[in-house]
Amino acid sequence: MTDIQRTQAATSGAGLGGPASEWPGAGVGAPRQSDDVVAPQSPAVVFWTQMRKSPLAIVGAIVLAIFYLMALFAPFIAPYPQEEMDRAKYFHPPQSLHWVRADGSFSPRPFVREMRVADMGSFEYEEDPSSELPLRFFVRGYPYELLGLVPSNVHLFGVDAPGRVLLFGSDSFGRCVLSRLLYGARISLTVGLVGIAISFTLGLLLGGIAGYFGGFADTVIMRTTELLLSIPSLYLIIALRAVFPLDLPSHQVYLGIVAILAFIGWAGLARVIRGLVLSMRKSDYVTAAEALGFSRLRVIRKHVLPNTMSYVIVAATLSIPGYILGEVILSFLGVGVQEPSASWGNMLNQARSIRALTTFPWLLFVPGTAIFLTVMAFNFLGDGLRDALDPRRVSGGRA
Amino acid sequence: MRTYVLRRLLQTIPLLVGISLITFLLLQLAPGDFLNQMAENPGISAETIEAMRVRFGLDKPWYVQYAIYLRNVVFHFDFGQSFARHQPVFEVLSDGFVNTLILAGAAAFITWVLAIPLGVVAAVRQHSWIDRALSFLAFVWLSVPEILAALLLLMMAARTGWFPVGGMRSLDYDELDGISQFFDILHHLALPALVVGLIPLASRMRQMRGSLLDVLRLDYVTTARAKGLSERTVIVKHALRNALNPMITLFGYTLGALVSGSFIVEIIFSWPGLGRITLDAILTQDQYLVMGAVLMASLVLIIGNLIADLLLAIADPRISYD
Repeated sequence: MTDIQRTQAATSGAGLGGPASEWPGAGVGAPRQSDDVVAPQSPAVVFWTQMRKSPLAIVGAIVLAIFYLMALFAPFIAPYPQEEMDRAKYFHPPQSLHWVRADGSFSPRPFVREMRVADMGSFEYEEDPSSELPLRFFVRGYPYELLGLVPSNVHLFGVDAPGRVLLFGSDSFGRCVLSRLLYGARISLTVGLVGIAISFTLGLLLGGIAGYFGGFADTVIMRTTELLLSIPSLYLIIALRAVFPLDLPSHQVYLGIVAILAFIGWAGLARVIRGLVLSMRKSDYVTAAEALGFSRLRVIRKHVLPNTMSYVIVAATLSIPGYILGEVILSFLGVGVQEPSASWGNMLNQARSIRALTTFPWLLFVPGTAIFLTVMAFNFLGDGLRDALDPRRVSGGRA
Repeated sequence: MRTYVLRRLLQTIPLLVGISLITFLLLQLAPGDFLNQMAENPGISAETIEAMRVRFGLDKPWYVQYAIYLRNVVFHFDFGQSFARHQPVFEVLSDGFVNTLILAGAAAFITWVLAIPLGVVAAVRQHSWIDRALSFLAFVWLSVPEILAALLLLMMAARTGWFPVGGMRSLDYDELDGISQFFDILHHLALPALVVGLIPLASRMRQMRGSLLDVLRLDYVTTARAKGLSERTVIVKHALRNALNPMITLFGYTLGALVSGSFIVEIIFSWPGLGRITLDAILTQDQYLVMGAVLMASLVLIIGNLIADLLLAIADPRISYD
């Protein structure tokens, strides 16, 4: 919490000319009076009081926590390896969980039913009403290393072989969509975090330098950002992608995607930070710090940048979805994460054909819902953080 | 004002040179070139490829290639040849450009025709159930990425058969008369335009609402009400005019976003616009076509920003650029 405590005063960026309009939500809605702050309270208390007022933000945070934990423990939760194909079960529809047996009796243990291909040509499956594949928990399955350290072969759930549990169905190669969703989350969800970490470091550093030193450095940095911001982002992303060969190993593609998104992402932030720093440079406490003889670097690092933090935290939360969608779009177009590695983008690519959309809708709905929920959770959280970190600011919709 | 426009236009030139240089360098950094893919075809001899390399100028160092490109663009308005399509880049792009503009224009129409009335209603009936409902919908809608909206509508089209599942024209387009041709394109345009148009709707509506609420709080609105004018006159004649100012600026700024936004939608709906051409060109390393496309898309964005600033000055007499 120390970061947030330190940065509670960090709200003096309100009256900036241009950049202020880039603050999401600027000019939208009515100003909220922070009437609950009577006696001075510690910044952490203010933060939590405000956070509690936005239940959506808390929901967002919980959803994200669950998603990231699921990505972390993907091998444990996933019943099958992401690239394991079952040639007898192409386009297998999602199985539903049952509690009532064929004879009408109640089964304490949920089970799924075996599904057989009714028509090989159209991949129509029908449920075998007499079959029963009881769901077993903490079963032994394929080996993996938990968190990359602990070797294990225990999985959260599964059914007795040779039966197969496909709660989210299977794709065109007969691979388990649930398992791919979980493994794909490891790529799709971390792209945003790593990308933000890089681009915000760059943006803070370069924006800080431009704003604080001005002059030549300022000119060079600002002209560069103008250049980057003048190219419509998807065109630039695709052009940058062309720099890397198409058939790279998947971890290199991952790094490539992160590098591309970060390369594009820093420019907008640098401009805002420059504006914030410019206004702060004239403030009394910076003058005081300079008068005390601190080095310029120390003034920037200890006095100027921390005051931009509440902006940065909110902006970062609200920009992560952009990075996640960047990966999704690249992989969807077939130039991102390559098969057989799963990512939410190349899972969507499976749903691209008219046939898949009409006959195998789970190929769109499963990754689509995951993407939608993630983006929404980040938006909810970002909105709540903005209100909580700066109660004087406007609340409500984003620009 | 004239000096300002002139200055802005002059500033565009180094920007465009910079953009073309960046794009060119990126393409140079990319492994191989257009001819590498041809070289894998056993039916084409090494000599032919060498001859093509010389003809395309790909045998020269990159800075010479770039200088020649720049010279041709500046002095002859010649953007080079598309390697894959054996056609001047300008010709290939102008078709795609027009198609993208059609899509973006229709999308902008959808956005604004819906956003302004909805925003006004939400502001006038602030805190009513309709305001709350619109706010909530906008909040959820903000999280629907274009790619998902496009795929969902495509699914709808494929399942119901109400709309074509892609392309811009029916197969029998050439046999139709003028009016049917127009409606045929409109029929193909409907879904992609809906996706590109609805995505920014949520934020535009919220901005319109906020802008009108800001104006409604001003003294002159109170004066108008005190004069005994009907609420309708107060809002339509007095408040709305000023509330629209920031929206006019936004209109220009979002032109560029529309071009970027239609990229993925064009690909999903096989709309033959700039986005599709660019993706194909990059995948085949069709160097000059990529450069032309990126330049063109950037030009729309830059001009959009310029228009936004100018419109604001025209709409708001308090702003002057001199």
